[in-house]
Amino acid sequence: MTTPLVDMRDISLAFGGVKAVDNVSVDLHAGEVVGLLGHNGAGKSTLIKVLSGAYRADAGEIFIDGQKATIENPRDARKYNVETIYQTLALADNLDAASNLFLGRELTTRSGLLDEGRMEAEARKIMARLNPNFENFAAPVSALSGGQRQSVAIARAVYFNARILIMDEPTAALGPQETRMVAELITQLKSEGIGIFLISHDIHDVMTLCDRASVMKNGKLVGSVNVDEVTDDDLLGMIILGKQPGAKPA
Amino acid sequence: MSDTPEAPRKSLMQTLELDTRLLGMIGAFIVLSIAFNLLTDGRFLTPRNVFNLTIQTVSVAIMSTGMVFVIVTRNIDLSVGALLATCSAVMAMMQTQILPDMLGIPLGSPLIAPIAIVAGLAVGALIGAFQGYMIGYLTIPAFIVTLGGLLVWRNTAWYMTRGQTIGPLDKAFQIFGGTNGTLGVFWSWLLAGLAVAFALYGLWSSRRAKRAHGFPVKPLWAEFTMAGIIAAAILGFVGTLNAYQIPTRRLARLFETRGEVMPEGYTEAYGLPVSVLVLIMVAILMTVIATRTRLGRYIFATGGNPDAAELSGINTRMLTVKVFALMGALTALSAVIASARLTNHSNDIGVLDELRVIAAAVIGGTALSGGFGTIRGAILGALIMQSLQSGMAMVGVDAPLQNIVVGGVLVLAVWVDILYRKKTGERL
Ligand SMILES: Nc1ncnc2c1ncn2[C@@H]1O[C@H](COP(=O)(O)OP(=O)(O)OP(=O)(O)O)[C@@H](O)[C@H]1O
Ligand SMILES: [Mg+2]
Repeated sequence: MTTPLVDMRDISLAFGGVKAVDNVSVDLHAGEVVGLLGHNGAGKSTLIKVLSGAYRADAGEIFIDGQKATIENPRDARKYNVETIYQTLALADNLDAASNLFLGRELTTRSGLLDEGRMEAEARKIMARLNPNFENFAAPVSALSGGQRQSVAIARAVYFNARILIMDEPTAALGPQETRMVAELITQLKSEGIGIFLISHDIHDVMTLCDRASVMKNGKLVGSVNVDEVTDDDLLGMIILGKQPGAKPA
Repeated sequence: MSDTPEAPRKSLMQTLELDTRLLGMIGAFIVLSIAFNLLTDGRFLTPRNVFNLTIQTVSVAIMSTGMVFVIVTRNIDLSVGALLATCSAVMAMMQTQILPDMLGIPLGSPLIAPIAIVAGLAVGALIGAFQGYMIGYLTIPAFIVTLGGLLVWRNTAWYMTRGQTIGPLDKAFQIFGGTNGTLGVFWSWLLAGLAVAFALYGLWSSRRAKRAHGFPVKPLWAEFTMAGIIAAAILGFVGTLNAYQIPTRRLARLFETRGEVMPEGYTEAYGLPVSVLVLIMVAILMTVIATRTRLGRYIFATGGNPDAAELSGINTRMLTVKVFALMGALTALSAVIASARLTNHSNDIGVLDELRVIAAAVIGGTALSGGFGTIRGAILGALIMQSLQSGMAMVGVDAPLQNIVVGGVLVLAVWVDILYRKKTGERL
């Protein structure tokens, strides 16, 4: 098999006494969508925050394109073209959509000043693709609905040519139409060769969008499976009981 | 659906795209000025008093612009008054002792003032950066670091000078003090003209930029109204300062020192003080930083959501160091202006300034919970505070009552601001 785009090996991270992630290994190939499943508090968000640079693992290594990667903060992760849609969205509520979209990577004019006009124009372009009903570009994002805020967070992750995309429950607040557009987006990004970690509680979504699924329980990895080779009930069994499915693990 | 939503009819304020909070403050300030003017039989709004009011406001106003950034990033700086004293002491000692005695630059040399000022700015920025380091990297709360700083820097100044008044300061240095450094009528009008031209150009180019991106623009009459108000304000202000005549005795002395005799009937006006020019430049620079640079964007983003800022790759620790270093440098600049106004360094310079500066920023609409604040608001806040204080003094209100009123106004202003934000639905 080809070298994985991302290979997280034996990652462990504890908060005080709580082992949030306990010796977990997952990998992701280019053009592949890997679903991360597990009950609330299983450690999914914590695991991907190690990859996005929000947390530093207590133990374990990350390889990107087969090379050992040092990701100590979010700036490092961006260097490896890792983009993340956080479960908490991570938006600055007092700023407008365009400012959030470009936060940390603002467009500037030749004199080095912020190019607000160009940023808003770009924001309008990408939002038209993700959520055509989105109109409120002048208001601070605190004045937006949950789904609109989520659209802004998604736009931020896909705008900057990610190679590795982490989506932590990206459709939790979205309406049916917007959810479908995100599903189409995932399919399209996958065809462009982007690797995607998709955290979701929706087994159906995982079955239709993902190539593989990795299931966590109480900080530990239950197993990784090809979704073609398992049933919904197999996945549920892994999530709830932590038992291996009858199908051969991938 | 057949009924297309009709574009909501805009109110006059929305059409002019005015900031209602700023407008409210300007309104309060105008009411205040007129009230004092009535109570003092027209003495409050004389050119002389307007001149004095502006030069008294400068030092606190400059620091309040830095305090906006500090408070926007959810910090506080209680040490500015004390740091002002340390910077003032350093600059005074440079001028009267260190440069002439230890480095052999003679008193009165044109090098004295610039070297002293650069040294003062460097000390202010370094001390600010050090406090920012303790806050950002060692994660000690800003309240504690700067409360300690208040004691440390107040007494560093005392220790350095042994509590003595140091002066007189260098003549060139005193130019920053107000009456000793003014631009005169011609240069003041010239600057006013340039300022008007610049403001008009700004309005025009922002309209053009909006057009270029296809964003909606204001109707032309609204643009012209704004332009007219701005031009009238600038010209009115400078005209007032240009109407303040230098007293004849003072003029005669000026001629004497030049070895000339003053011609009969000669008059000259003060015009724009250099210190006010410094404040205007600081205001412009700080506004550009706040609204048009990455640094400013990161300051507001960090205030709005520190975690989001960090996750967006912003180095929020280093940002804290920068914000406090800037606060320190501005404090040093205020020290130049405050000590030049007194023509010496005195041990109690800057006492209680931290409270005035914080109050100015807060009255100016800076939210202590972080993320919101404007430079122009803070400067207006400083002006309102100073007007209140001077106005009450002119009316003959006793000093303790003056402070009681100022304290009450601070609390009232914040309450009104909270009501305003609730009404406009702005979340904090
Ligand atoms: N910042 C933190 N400090 C302390 N404990 C934490 C922190 N973040 C997560 N935890 C703990 O780590 C464990 C894993 O949390 P995590 O957020 O990774 O779960 P999750 O799988 O993403 O759950 P959910 O489906 O609810 O999002 C939980 O027990 C949680 O209490
Ligand atoms: Mg989670």
